[in-house]
Amino acid sequence: MTEAGPVSDAGPDNLAARPKSIGARIRRTEDPRLLAGQGRYVDDLQPPRTLHVAFRRSDVSHARIRGVELAAARAAPGVVAVVTAADLEGLARPLVAASRMASYHGTPIRPLAEGKVRFVGEAVVAVLAESRYLAEDALELIDIDFEPLGTVIDPEAAAAEGAPLLHEEIGSNVLVERSFARGDADSAFAAAAHRVGGRFRFRRKSPGAIENRVCLAEWDAGRGSLALHSATGIPGILRDALCEALDLPGHRLRVVAPDVGGSFGGKGSLYPEEILVSVLARKLGRPVKWTSDRLEDLTSTSQGFDEIIEAELALDADGRVLALRAEVLGDVGAYSIYPWTAGLEPVQVVGFLPGPYRIEHYQAHVRAVATSKAPTGPYRGVGRPAAVFATERLMDKAARRLGLDPKEIRLRNFVRPEDFPYKIGSGIVWDRSGFTECLEAACAGLDYPALRERQRAARAEGRWFGIGIASYAELTGIGSKISVAPGMPINTGTETASIRMDSTGGITAAVGIASHGQGLETTLAQVVADTLGARLEDIRIVQGDSDAVANATGTYASRGAVLAGGAAILASRAVKEKLLRAAGHLLEAAEGDLEARDGRVAVVGTDRSLSFREIARAVYSEIGRIPHEAREELEATRLYDPYYGTTTSATHVATLEIDPETYRVRLGRFLVAEDCGRLINPMIVDGQVHGGVAQGIGAALYEEVVYDADGQNLTASLVDYLIPAAPEVPPMTVVHLESESPTTLGGFRGMGEGGTIGAPAAIANALSDALLPLNIEIDELPATPERLFRLIRRAQGETPGNS
Amino acid sequence: MTGKRLVRMTVNGSPVEEAVEPRLLLSDFLRQMLGLTGTHVGCEQGVCGACTVRLDGRTARACLTFAVQAEGSEIVTVEGLGTAEALSPLQEAFREHHALQCGFCTPGMLMTALDLLETRPGATDAELREGLSGNLCRCTGYEHIVAAVRAAAERLAREGKREGPP
Repeated sequence: MTEAGPVSDAGPDNLAARPKSIGARIRRTEDPRLLAGQGRYVDDLQPPRTLHVAFRRSDVSHARIRGVELAAARAAPGVVAVVTAADLEGLARPLVAASRMASYHGTPIRPLAEGKVRFVGEAVVAVLAESRYLAEDALELIDIDFEPLGTVIDPEAAAAEGAPLLHEEIGSNVLVERSFARGDADSAFAAAAHRVGGRFRFRRKSPGAIENRVCLAEWDAGRGSLALHSATGIPGILRDALCEALDLPGHRLRVVAPDVGGSFGGKGSLYPEEILVSVLARKLGRPVKWTSDRLEDLTSTSQGFDEIIEAELALDADGRVLALRAEVLGDVGAYSIYPWTAGLEPVQVVGFLPGPYRIEHYQAHVRAVATSKAPTGPYRGVGRPAAVFATERLMDKAARRLGLDPKEIRLRNFVRPEDFPYKIGSGIVWDRSGFTECLEAACAGLDYPALRERQRAARAEGRWFGIGIASYAELTGIGSKISVAPGMPINTGTETASIRMDSTGGITAAVGIASHGQGLETTLAQVVADTLGARLEDIRIVQGDSDAVANATGTYASRGAVLAGGAAILASRAVKEKLLRAAGHLLEAAEGDLEARDGRVAVVGTDRSLSFREIARAVYSEIGRIPHEAREELEATRLYDPYYGTTTSATHVATLEIDPETYRVRLGRFLVAEDCGRLINPMIVDGQVHGGVAQGIGAALYEEVVYDADGQNLTASLVDYLIPAAPEVPPMTVVHLESESPTTLGGFRGMGEGGTIGAPAAIANALSDALLPLNIEIDELPATPERLFRLIRRAQGETPGNS
Repeated sequence: MTGKRLVRMTVNGSPVEEAVEPRLLLSDFLRQMLGLTGTHVGCEQGVCGACTVRLDGRTARACLTFAVQAEGSEIVTVEGLGTAEALSPLQEAFREHHALQCGFCTPGMLMTALDLLETRPGATDAELREGLSGNLCRCTGYEHIVAAVRAAAERLAREGKREGPP
């Protein structure tokens, strides 16, 4: 469901005079192949002579590898090679996610565990066989002698002196430690009329893409080149990293992400398996393929969030926030993920805690602590879901303390329109975005006063009915001035587009980003069509291929539309200039009198025109039609750097009711009012918001990766790790504010992660609101029926039993 | 491991005969032996529903079925609906309503939806959600999938047609 929102009158864009496809619900170019079963995902590729990899993974948490017994596996039917770290020595340089953060300690990423294992699920031995069945058979024949080294599961214990060390050479399990301060928070707290605080726990999640990770490497000995097909969102980063690891130049190493079945962050980092298949394909001269199963995905794909946030707000007597203090401990798992580092998630929590509010004094301290769990990495929302959960809970606690409505306290504290650009305490700058407008639109969209009335009636009947609001702002489309993780030596702030019109008038636009469901083949074609005056059907987008442009990273951090869209605008403009110059010769008209529309260039005010095809043929094939010295190829490559990036904001409102017998939470309505700038394709934006909200609902109510005290992952199947299915997700309404970004080309703002950022906080606030009569605050997510049962029983003065 | 057995079945209307190991999963048989890679595998535990196919008129998890169990049966996979050039009404509705993003769960979702169209043509949205609850989608939040199945049901009823190749 989409409701039209107010459209900004600001018009900073320089798109074609009459944009037609931008803003339209264009059906996706990708769909026919995907609907007909003709998509090409990595596991669909079956080159002849492929060797299939199966891994013997660690079943213990933290242990020294004393010995490995491989003889039986090597003799098993169909087995071609059985490989340990020792067999790979000298074949690949270890990669370390580097950072300029002073306190940071990197950890090497190796294809197989060397010397010791640090989490259950870490790969120790690789078996290569003629089929996956045979490779898995041989796994059973491998014996590993482990010497336990002490499990490190609880992050607070892991950070303490004397804890067993996962990386002895670092001398501590703390991989990152940082402090942020602005103003004088302590004095503000001392003088404050009100203080509210809490200890917030946002539990560990798994990204849960339905396609598990898979990669296939092929070595071409004759050309000395490697092709890696991988289900990844970052082919450009992988290309550069593998060139380093394998000592190959970029023109002999190509990374392709063909159709990719979702990522949500889980396919946004370099993995040991990708190094391993590459190294072994080169060594053995045969294609090497690894297709993971769900057990491997839930135990070895990067996980998300997992913070303990102790935070406190100081307010004046009118409910205006004076100061915010926070102590954050991020449980980052066993390794510092490449290239983002262990700082990615927890450091962004303290970066975003001040939210869309005017908070003068800020003080925060954050540590990223290694534990014997799968590494955490990017996860839809990165840092913000946990930060927004804490901050929005604090706003509701403050409202409760002061007797204000949750809406009112937010209105009193938002950065106001006249304050933009506004720098928050952590240093992030918000540009003009509809903070207040989103909240007002959300409340109007649901008839907020009527909802409160309904709640009064429900409470009178003793029912637990709650309404929850969460407002947030996020930095999207980040440019080179601010990289997405502090101090990384890779450039995430630019994108390149290379656009060419061939001699038939066909337009190919190559970009460095990599779609895994976002529909970028459609939205970027819309941008090119409008800028160039082309027909959509004449445009093909090439993405997900490291050979497409000279330098690229990939798709992550809500950057695709802003960065690739901006680069596509710049390159399209350059091609259009060349096209009009050529048409000027052919039509004997001044360029200023020409107009490109619908794949034709026309002399304005006349019936004289030429199709793009005719112009292209004249330029390339019909030598002599254009003066020799004026001929130029119809192509251009342009780089776009939004420098700072832009601000996206939203308010989510959820209603729900808790079943008093089963403690099941039934969501009633879910409304998102968001400002992601100019919409390229409203249908796709709605889909991104819906999916993000569903993922946020999972984070709030169902999803939790659980490790026991011995470091065993207790949620290693989709029966135990609960992803929402259709009945758990309510009908959703999305209201678009569409105020064009003043700082980006095209006025686009990034979106894609937002749904997951707001929903957990909105649901936590709605649950707390429902349980107000019992004075229960929901400060830990997911709020499973068991957690709700225990909280409610305790509040009712009964001791929850163990059954 | 053990000797191969001959298995015969009809897949998307064509007779198929192959020698397979008894342990070969139907999903691997379809994908690797027949090259019908439209059927996807997401969990190999029968939870996610990506591998859903039609087996003798009923939905089945291809990852929980051995190829030899399908001996003599009639299988329909996503490739048995419309083609990329000529989508079926259900596929059209999925495209029109943006009911897919990454497309990985889509083949299984379509096969389950096909079953719903036939067995519960007048289902409410809540019933559709229950009916789709055995198929996980991480991208769409289900909103557009429910809308697409509803629209396909309405169109088929209006035109008095059955879902299938156009």
